[in-house]
Amino acid sequence: MRRPGLQSLVLHAALVSTALISLMPLGWMAAAAFMQPGEANALPPHLLPRDPTLQNFVTLFTRLDMARAFLNSAVITVLATVLSVFINAMAGYAFAKLPFPGRDRLFRRLASALVVPAQVGMLPLFLLLRELGLVNTYAGVLVPYMASIFGIFLVRQYALGVSDDLLDAARVDGAGEFRIFAVIVLPVIRPILATLAAFTFLSAWNDFMWPLIVLSDGHMATLPVALASLVGEHVQDTELMMAGSMITILPALVVFLIFQRFFVRGITAGSVKG
Amino acid sequence: MSSPLTKRSPLEKRQLRAALWFLAPALLLLLVFFFLPVIAGLLLGLTDFDIYAIGSPGNARFVGLENYARLLTNDVFWRSLGNTLFFVALGGPLSVAVSLGAAMLVDAKLTRLRPLFRTIYFAPVVTTLVSVAIIWRYLYHPRYGLLNHILGLVGLGPIDWLGDPHWAMPAIVLVAVWKNFGYNMLIFVAGLQAVPAELYEAAAIDGASGLQRFRHITLPGLAPTFLFVGVTTMIGYFQVFAEPYVMTQGGPLGSTRSVVLFMYEEGFRWWRIGTASATAVVLLLITLAGALLQFRLQKDRT
Repeated sequence: MRRPGLQSLVLHAALVSTALISLMPLGWMAAAAFMQPGEANALPPHLLPRDPTLQNFVTLFTRLDMARAFLNSAVITVLATVLSVFINAMAGYAFAKLPFPGRDRLFRRLASALVVPAQVGMLPLFLLLRELGLVNTYAGVLVPYMASIFGIFLVRQYALGVSDDLLDAARVDGAGEFRIFAVIVLPVIRPILATLAAFTFLSAWNDFMWPLIVLSDGHMATLPVALASLVGEHVQDTELMMAGSMITILPALVVFLIFQRFFVRGITAGSVKG
Repeated sequence: MSSPLTKRSPLEKRQLRAALWFLAPALLLLLVFFFLPVIAGLLLGLTDFDIYAIGSPGNARFVGLENYARLLTNDVFWRSLGNTLFFVALGGPLSVAVSLGAAMLVDAKLTRLRPLFRTIYFAPVVTTLVSVAIIWRYLYHPRYGLLNHILGLVGLGPIDWLGDPHWAMPAIVLVAVWKNFGYNMLIFVAGLQAVPAELYEAAAIDGASGLQRFRHITLPGLAPTFLFVGVTTMIGYFQVFAEPYVMTQGGPLGSTRSVVLFMYEEGFRWWRIGTASATAVVLLLITLAGALLQFRLQKDRT
């Protein structure tokens, strides 16, 4: 290589500018969230709040019912994550390790349905939940999050690597199938369960269209839905909207930073085996 | 080995019973809340199900392909389809190109602090789309927005990003590229690392330039990754909804109304369930065509 110094300089300039572009909108959001009313519309723009205030967050949580939206989002996301991990782990393990006639054909059929966009079933699903009285309930919004073909797929691919000898040894020792699953299999497949949990958490927390449809009552709204309706009335209140955006984005970012390793695994696994 | 005709062994029976119990929750949920609604959606597209049928479904009548015929003569539908195709045709290649560029930066041999840059580039992917759309709405503000301010510093603009029918869709494409490029970047990084290092060493000995190495080693080595990334990105982009819903409500002058936004409005604003279901089927057909294309191309390669 000639002139590695110059090469490295150009490379890192490109790396840093791309990083700035990635962070700029989020940085501006975080700054504006702490600005006094009207300051975000100053000319020339302020990049940092001159006189930082928490008032925007106080208004959101006291006057505008964002506390309820935060609670709704938290309850729905946590329930979705826990339920989806258990339900998909059991099914994925069965597809990998419990033989029965037609198993692999059934799995291939199921996997081919991965291409069907969720929107195709949304209207009938809404009508069905309406008949069942589940519109505007946590159960109603949770229903399509609980079992996912992608989740079953992830767990199955990983569980294929569990040693049969280990399972057979447990059977010889007289352990039942449920006990084998709970005591031997679950600890071994824990990494992929963390991947699945991270994926489910982020997609349930960030989801918009389905909660928008099924949670039309303002008290049941999740954060994204509440935020989208708030921007209709408070579009002039830039600082307030940025505070609202921030409390919506922050939990997702924190979960991502903690589970990053597992998240990356899920994305590359999906692409290689997909 | 037991043939299918002999009785199952106790172990086989036990595993069959266990499999049933393990699969039952997931398969029942998928059947009732996914597969049946999808089939019902295909059927509803053949009816005139509307607001009067919601109270008493008996009011809905079978109308054959009438909904599809009406879609074909509906200007708003065609406009939405055109907008969506524009979004896919501009945003798809742009996203893939930016992702590849970022992947090559992150994967370069000289790069320091690789995990830090990777994390930063990926951060927008995990952010909430609705919040992102709101943030960019303000960044795009014609008077106070940061973007026009920056353009002003170099003597450009101001651009009425979301108010001008010519700029609104490109502005939404820009948001989508910003938010999504980190995802495909990770897949490209995995692809780049799978290209054998010996090829590069051999090319360096032969005196190949950086551009030559990129064209003759990197690009061919990434072909399967390109295929996967390209098709999944396009399929995902056909479903664009939240950005126009939050940023423009489909405007100005319907220039950002997407197919899914059109479906949402037909179904949940006007309760024309029949038309909305037919639109969903059109989306399904486009997606299936994309998946088929990927399948074909993959087969040709092997």
